[in-house]
Amino acid sequence: MSTITHDPGVMDRLLFGDNQFFGVNHMSEEKARAQAMRFQDLDAVMAVLDAAYDEGIHTFMCTTHERVAEIVEVVRSQPERYAGFTFYPCMPYAHKYANAVTDYGMLGALRRFLPDDGLVATAFKGGRAVARKDVESMITMLIDAEMSMFRGVPTPVVFLQNVVVDLLLGLGFDEAFAVFAHHVRDKYGAEPGYITMNLVPLLDVLDRVGIENPIVCSNMNKLEFRMSGGADGYRAVLEERQFRAIAMSVFASGALSPQEAFGWVAEFPAIESVVFGASTAAHIHSTREIADQVWPRAAVPGRS
Amino acid sequence: MTTFLDRPAAAVAAGPDSTPTTMLRVAVVGVGKMGLSHLSLLRAHPRVMVEVVCDANGYVLDVLGTHTGLHSATDYAAMLDAVDIDAVVIATPTQAHYPMVRAAIERGLHVFCEKPLTLSSEQSEELARLAEERGVVGQVGYHNRFVAAFAEAERLVEMGAIGTVHHALAEAYGPVVLKPKGGTWRSRRAEGGGCLYDYAAHPLDLMTWFLGEPTAVRGTTLGRVYSADTEDEVYATLEYGGASAQLSVNWSDESYRKMTTRLTLWGSHGRITVDRQECQVYLRESAVAPEGYRHGWNVKYTTELTPPVWFYVRGEEYSAELDYFVRNALGELAPEEAQDLNTFESAAVTDRVIEMLLADAAGAPVTPAPRSPARPAAPTTRRTTTRADRLREIGSTALGGLRRGVDKVRRTMGDKHR
Repeated sequence: MSTITHDPGVMDRLLFGDNQFFGVNHMSEEKARAQAMRFQDLDAVMAVLDAAYDEGIHTFMCTTHERVAEIVEVVRSQPERYAGFTFYPCMPYAHKYANAVTDYGMLGALRRFLPDDGLVATAFKGGRAVARKDVESMITMLIDAEMSMFRGVPTPVVFLQNVVVDLLLGLGFDEAFAVFAHHVRDKYGAEPGYITMNLVPLLDVLDRVGIENPIVCSNMNKLEFRMSGGADGYRAVLEERQFRAIAMSVFASGALSPQEAFGWVAEFPAIESVVFGASTAAHIHSTREIADQVWPRAAVPGRS
Repeated sequence: MTTFLDRPAAAVAAGPDSTPTTMLRVAVVGVGKMGLSHLSLLRAHPRVMVEVVCDANGYVLDVLGTHTGLHSATDYAAMLDAVDIDAVVIATPTQAHYPMVRAAIERGLHVFCEKPLTLSSEQSEELARLAEERGVVGQVGYHNRFVAAFAEAERLVEMGAIGTVHHALAEAYGPVVLKPKGGTWRSRRAEGGGCLYDYAAHPLDLMTWFLGEPTAVRGTTLGRVYSADTEDEVYATLEYGGASAQLSVNWSDESYRKMTTRLTLWGSHGRITVDRQECQVYLRESAVAPEGYRHGWNVKYTTELTPPVWFYVRGEEYSAELDYFVRNALGELAPEEAQDLNTFESAAVTDRVIEMLLADAAGAPVTPAPRSPARPAAPTTRRTTTRADRLREIGSTALGGLRRGVDKVRRTMGDKHR
């Protein structure tokens, strides 16, 4: 297995997430629904993204939800307003596939998401005996399908979503991570990123398939919420392993105050970025201020 | 069970203990959505060796075999004969559960089976008896009992925090069937598809957990929104001795991003509303507030209630239910934890309730089978025994009538409703 070296490009310290726009809230369904109502119109979404941009938060880490295509369109059409606005796509939007599997079965779903070319038809007709390269081609075709909405906007890091990463990780489908890395680098000139709820075992596997210093995004918070295997393992890898850490759920879905949350993050110099979501300009502003205060830039190695 | 002196790499995660560790050798049967998720979790479990994956679909098996090194089989019976295993995890369409579970138990294997256990309570009860006779662990995938918020609510009801429960509302909504045509078994009742088996089974099972077995059901509506061969919505009134409950379930509601299951219980000392995310508790002044609670509103969130799991794919509950099964099969449940979560016996109760609803919807007189509840009733639940006593007297006559009603509904589904 060849070694995949990383692009030394620097990620922003604060990345803006998209859960709030799509009715995802780990603490309350009522709150999730209120947000889904509020962000039904694109204008409401753009107003919040504008507020983040004006606060100096220029990276939007988003799923490949179909509504993101509308956001991309707005950004693409106003290059001056959104100079430097960067997308970190996270694929796939898992519900889309899960629903299709319910509707069409496993193979039927795959067939719907893959282009209708000879390879797929042949693979399915036989019903078995899939060559290694066929599965590889399918993975890359799925990546291309997900990336099509981002044409014409910068996507320097492309992530594989946690449900898929963790499913593959458990199954032992390690090669898929390398296939993803190669394709994202070769075709999109981007760094591969991996979102996971199982940080420690994922780092081992990425190491094994030759992905050096990988970008990995995982739950990291003072409450130890959803840090699989326990917080000790997370502490150990943050102190000892070479990887580019992005912390998510640092507020543990709102259970921690921003001061507490960033105070904890500041204890780990290896955390390069934090991804967070917010619904109002005031909330974004205060989060940015508190982050600057409690987690000052100087605390991050390799940054000016 | 096999003792591995040389533990595989995955087992190292179990800790620095250098003594031989007993591993559970497992076959995963059915690799659809649930099966793949179970397979992923089990392969990551430090005490499990997945020996073989069995599915009728050779394509998925080939991909798994080529890329993960898993051994595979397409013939279940031949696989049981050929491979040394201690347990099977079954995630096939419901129709196939009964013969598969039976064959496994007869070979002395522990069984984890997806819900519902079977399409007939008679068969479920038989499997429960068989499992007991053979001394094997039987567990059914009602994962909500492993959701920390539901477990907390159950603990509160059990300890009498809200007093005597007099009414409950059990709901489940989500976006499963959103157009007239469906191509999989989930859209066919005869194979265990439909909103009742697939969706309503979850809140019904939670009600069984919280309140025991219902004494009667009435007003059952099996309605259609899109489906041709099965129902998309289920509404009913259930009686639990002195408590009444409404069931409201609809799997054709895309205003919910994913399945939402919610239970509300009203008691003499307060109220609880609970879903996967949070447990909202209102305690009257008359209540004795448990530790960590006070009079008035209390909200406990999943973030504080849920301990980390060893490996996470799409929800702690799926990890926790398999971990419980593995430890139970290895005989390693801690004495202080519940010993009987999601047994075949409790799943059979849920299957009986499903049949009561089917019979009621078909207009048959609905009386429950003369069985004891899956677990003793919550001590604070007010119960009247008159009706139940009468039913016991009616005995097998009632059971036969119920089953005839169910058969009738199965035969005529499609003409009777809408």
